[in-house]
Amino acid sequence: MRFAVISFPGSNCDDDCVRVVREVLGHDAYKVRHDVHDLDRPDVVLVPGGFSFGDYLRCGAIARFSPVMTDVAAFAGRGGPVVGICNGFQILTEAGLLPGALRRNVCLSFICEDRHVAVEGRSTPLTRGLSGEVLRIPIAHNEGNYCADEETLARLEGDGRVVFRYVAPDGRRSPEANPNGAANDIAGICNERGNVVGLMPHPERCAEPLLGNTDGRRLFDALLAAGADGGSR
Amino acid sequence: MTAWSAEVLKRHGLTGEEYARIEATLGRAPSWPELGVFSVLWSEHCSYKSSRVHLRRLPTRGPLVIQGPGENAGVIDAGGGHTVIFKMESHNHPSFIEPKQGAATGVGGILRDVFTMGARPIALLDALRFGDPAHPRTPHLVKGVVHGIGSYGNCVGVPTVGGDVVFDPCYDGNILVNAMAVGVARADRIFLGRAEGVGNPVFYVGSKTGRDGIHGATMASEEFGAQSEEKRPNVQVGDPFVEKLLIEACLEVMSEDLLVGIQDMGAAGLTSSSAEMAARSGSGIVLHLDRVPMRESGMTPYELLLSESQERMLMVCARGREARLIELVSRWGLDVCEIGVVTDSGRFVGTWHGQTVVDIPVSALVDDAPKYERPMAPPPPSPPLDLDAFPQAADGDFTPALSDLLARPSLASKRWVYRQYDHMVRTGTVLRPGEGDAAVVRLPETPRGVAISVGCNGRMCALSPRRGAAMAVAEAAVNVACVGARPAAITDCLNFASPERPAVMWSFSEAIDGLALACEALDTPVVSGNVSFYNETEGRGIHPTPMVGLVGLMPEAARAVGSAFPDAGLDVLLLGRVRPGLAGSEYAAGVGAPLCGDAPDLDLTAVRSLVEALLALHASDLIVSAHDVAEGGLAVALAECTFGDAAVGLVAAAPEHAERADEVLFGEGTGRVIVSTRDPAGVERICSQAGVPVWPLGRTAGQRLQITLAGRPVIDATVAELRARWATGFAGAVE
Repeated sequence: MRFAVISFPGSNCDDDCVRVVREVLGHDAYKVRHDVHDLDRPDVVLVPGGFSFGDYLRCGAIARFSPVMTDVAAFAGRGGPVVGICNGFQILTEAGLLPGALRRNVCLSFICEDRHVAVEGRSTPLTRGLSGEVLRIPIAHNEGNYCADEETLARLEGDGRVVFRYVAPDGRRSPEANPNGAANDIAGICNERGNVVGLMPHPERCAEPLLGNTDGRRLFDALLAAGADGGSR
Repeated sequence: MTAWSAEVLKRHGLTGEEYARIEATLGRAPSWPELGVFSVLWSEHCSYKSSRVHLRRLPTRGPLVIQGPGENAGVIDAGGGHTVIFKMESHNHPSFIEPKQGAATGVGGILRDVFTMGARPIALLDALRFGDPAHPRTPHLVKGVVHGIGSYGNCVGVPTVGGDVVFDPCYDGNILVNAMAVGVARADRIFLGRAEGVGNPVFYVGSKTGRDGIHGATMASEEFGAQSEEKRPNVQVGDPFVEKLLIEACLEVMSEDLLVGIQDMGAAGLTSSSAEMAARSGSGIVLHLDRVPMRESGMTPYELLLSESQERMLMVCARGREARLIELVSRWGLDVCEIGVVTDSGRFVGTWHGQTVVDIPVSALVDDAPKYERPMAPPPPSPPLDLDAFPQAADGDFTPALSDLLARPSLASKRWVYRQYDHMVRTGTVLRPGEGDAAVVRLPETPRGVAISVGCNGRMCALSPRRGAAMAVAEAAVNVACVGARPAAITDCLNFASPERPAVMWSFSEAIDGLALACEALDTPVVSGNVSFYNETEGRGIHPTPMVGLVGLMPEAARAVGSAFPDAGLDVLLLGRVRPGLAGSEYAAGVGAPLCGDAPDLDLTAVRSLVEALLALHASDLIVSAHDVAEGGLAVALAECTFGDAAVGLVAAAPEHAERADEVLFGEGTGRVIVSTRDPAGVERICSQAGVPVWPLGRTAGQRLQITLAGRPVIDATVAELRARWATGFAGAVE
């Protein structure tokens, strides 16, 4: 399968995503610059973490205007799987491909540590077959506090579009399990069609035994399985 | 009568004698920009004028050394055509004045030192020293510095994988922010800071030049007075986003054959980068200052030469390849501008709209800069430590003492700090902060690992700068061996008070000898480093703090070993034997004892044997955890071993290596490691071959830490209660 990893100036997890796909999954991955209009026929688009354009304004607020984003939107419009990780999630919300926004963590500081998330809601290319699982995945962000208006939250919950939720290691929800103040403990959501997923945790950072944790690998494996079924778009 | 008033010279940090030397060199009075150029390049920070005569005594060669001191960073051979490139540098003065930007630009500067050599940065570490936590300014400084390091490192996408934080009242008026960067490059793609090839064009790449940081190097070369607050405008402001672009642009440029030399514009900016490049090559350089990209209008040659605006590089391009250089850099949205040319005149020339405004022999600026053999005098000997004054536990129970010690911010968990740093980006972090005695990152594209440890015990250096400096190297080597890596080389960052005081200069010279002894004994040459003098406020100086950053190499990163006990039922052994002492210990500081007495003995031959034993044990897969006994002594180290995810307790019998229980439990002395194993006989066999004494401490079990001494219980507490004090001690002190 072919993974296009979008690279904005200031993206800093693009190499990590490429590396996981190539060296851990053994599939094809390549970076696509922010200023081009050619995704080069990918099966999956990854929007990686980092500080696009420095993120001195709202995170992702400038990246969404990049030329490549029109192509990402068109790819998503055709039902192609798009996954935004951390800054990628922020960019997808700014671009309107996902609802809501990511505000500053309530503790007002950057947080980098392992967190547990429950996989739930409807099936997506990233989570298929994993519903009900609790995964340990690192987070590393300053703005991961998901928010949306009441109506949007109700719709997300009602449609099963909350696909990752911060939980305690035993799977239970608690205020302590939520690292950043996110509404409804939301760590990741999908769009109405289910093909666009955004999440704050970094699965690419826990996909090989050397790093002490392979929970992230399960999400990538789900993507591969979805791609094998979906075929090329 | 001179052309410039005494007041002007004082502001430029130049003595009357130095000024006379400038006039003699030029045969005339210097112009205003020339005066500025001499001022920064002859500053202590850039010229090492007080330290050079001593630095020569450091061992800098070894079979692994590819590039020693003198370039932007040191380079060692990591095998298979890979190299590891690293350096540590201070940003003390700016961080005290403006903690966030001071610390952030410290990170930016050290990263540039490493990627200017062609290296992809893979790790950052920071050794921080703050004053008394109770000092009203300390919490503000801690928060600002940590925020600054995090905001820069997180954005630029290089993981901050380790470091240390220590509090001591001697740093009340002068905090230390020592940042270390580690990068990797192919051995055949290392770039040097050289201006070679007459006619080769000189390019300016990166951020535009503004008026920030003018005279930063001079500021870092004098002590603080009551008005240090007024120096805020001397502190630079960093932009990690531009740094990220600069890294990618430089590495892309370096992947093609376009450059003859490259250097970042650090302290003293454009002036030092160009003059040093010309000096290394014995060439000359002409800079057309009016072509420098400027952030604001009305800037003068003086300001352009001295600005320390961040995120700028100077490149000497191979003639004929200019168009490709411009194309590659422009793709990253960075300024790239031809501003000068390499000459063979041996002169540093600056022009301003066609007029020469600076014309100085390069050699006068760099190689022939003043060198001082400053007077040295040992301080009066320290009185012995009065052990009778130490509190004695009436019932022989040292549990409360241990609990209080674990909560001291210097010993408590540093999670509050490293949680704010992205320590996992680049997916190479094998041992995270807090997991092992050293950080371990993978050597990209190989199964091998790079282990890194930084630190220095300032109190020990205050008692004996020679032994304290040697201890810093020894401890870092043991840390790296604990995780399973062979110590390879060090970088140092020598933080001292005013070199104009003979006692300080003596301590500096002693510390150099201590470093040299330890580096020779442990085969870890010095490949890069930096000196920071004048860490002194209103006559009060810091402890000598020769910070050491040590890099080790391991064949398999996957076999890195952590410091905590992973399981119950493991045998726990103490390797190495020292006579633990309370002088200079964290325990002594905690009970308010004066800092005096003799620093503990240090047997470098025994440390070497310990390192070799550890490596043999790792090679045979005999140990499942390893943790060195350092600040806080044996009891603190044992408690730390129980603070892992397993939270398994320990029943242990402490060795009778000292007469008093408090010395056994809390006495310090380098050269001891706690290991846990499933094969104690195997460990003893290898240690005995290596000549390392072994004391069987006990076994991991249950949920309590129970320590006996000569059959009497001296410590008994649940792991959970000790852990709670340790986990909250740091935040409790700074929040």
